[in-house]
Amino acid sequence: MALDPSFIGRTYPPTAPYEVGREKIREFAEAVGDTDPAYLDAEAAKALGHQDVIAPPTFPFVLTYRAAGQVVNDPELGLDFSRVVHGDQRFAYTRPVRAGDRLTVTCVIESIKSLAGNDVLTVRGEVHEESGEHVVTAHMMLVARAAEGE
Amino acid sequence: MSASVNYDQVEVGTELPAQSFPVTRATLVQYAGASGDFNPIHWNETFATGVGLPNVIAHGMFTMAEAIRVVTDWLGDPGAVVEYGVRFTKPVVVPDDGVGAVIEVSAKVAAKLDDRRVRVDLLATSGGDKVLGMSRAVVQLA
Repeated sequence: MALDPSFIGRTYPPTAPYEVGREKIREFAEAVGDTDPAYLDAEAAKALGHQDVIAPPTFPFVLTYRAAGQVVNDPELGLDFSRVVHGDQRFAYTRPVRAGDRLTVTCVIESIKSLAGNDVLTVRGEVHEESGEHVVTAHMMLVARAAEGE
Repeated sequence: MSASVNYDQVEVGTELPAQSFPVTRATLVQYAGASGDFNPIHWNETFATGVGLPNVIAHGMFTMAEAIRVVTDWLGDPGAVVEYGVRFTKPVVVPDDGVGAVIEVSAKVAAKLDDRRVRVDLLATSGGDKVLGMSRAVVQLA
């Protein structure tokens, strides 16, 4: 069944703060094979003007994907996650995520469309530092393939 | 932010150094753990083929993470990335043959923008297939 477009604009409560640790950034950087000193060495990061080690550009997805569970599992929305594929992903940064940040994510349903029988859902995740400073906005587009027979 | 690339020395069409990134099953297990994405299509061949995939596939977000390395290595400061977006067009198929797959990434400057920023367009392929589409980054240059 097609998703209800009246859910566009629905905003979910901010997630509890996620504290970004240096070792988590290191773990993530090593998992993508990237040994850029800005991720691993606080002195190198400071030499570039950052307060502490920064996280790779796609790191915020660790938080925003988890937060999007509120949307994906919203029983009122009724998305069948078993048929979902990740269509596209975009980040707009005010600044890089860095160690010591305490980040909350606020998810908003940005759009719901139906294309060739597939549901196309875009969720925006607004990532803020606990102080209120905006850090990054993530846009995740999910495609729920039509069930057989629909 | 302090990119080591100067805006005035970059032209539309300037090519960034291309790179190749190998992916094995071990890579995907490590990425699953670090990212928290444990979808079995990324590590369980029985599950992946059961849902109609040719084999285990890489996380799209892993491919996205690799592609931007071409840009961040060029910049000298990964904090100079202002925007980054991709479309996942084809999966990166990762067989359990001890070799895995390779993601090939090239990139070039597509537009010079205001405020000493440029748009970089990326091309990512694996096994001859284009795996990322509409793959673009806006970066702040010196």
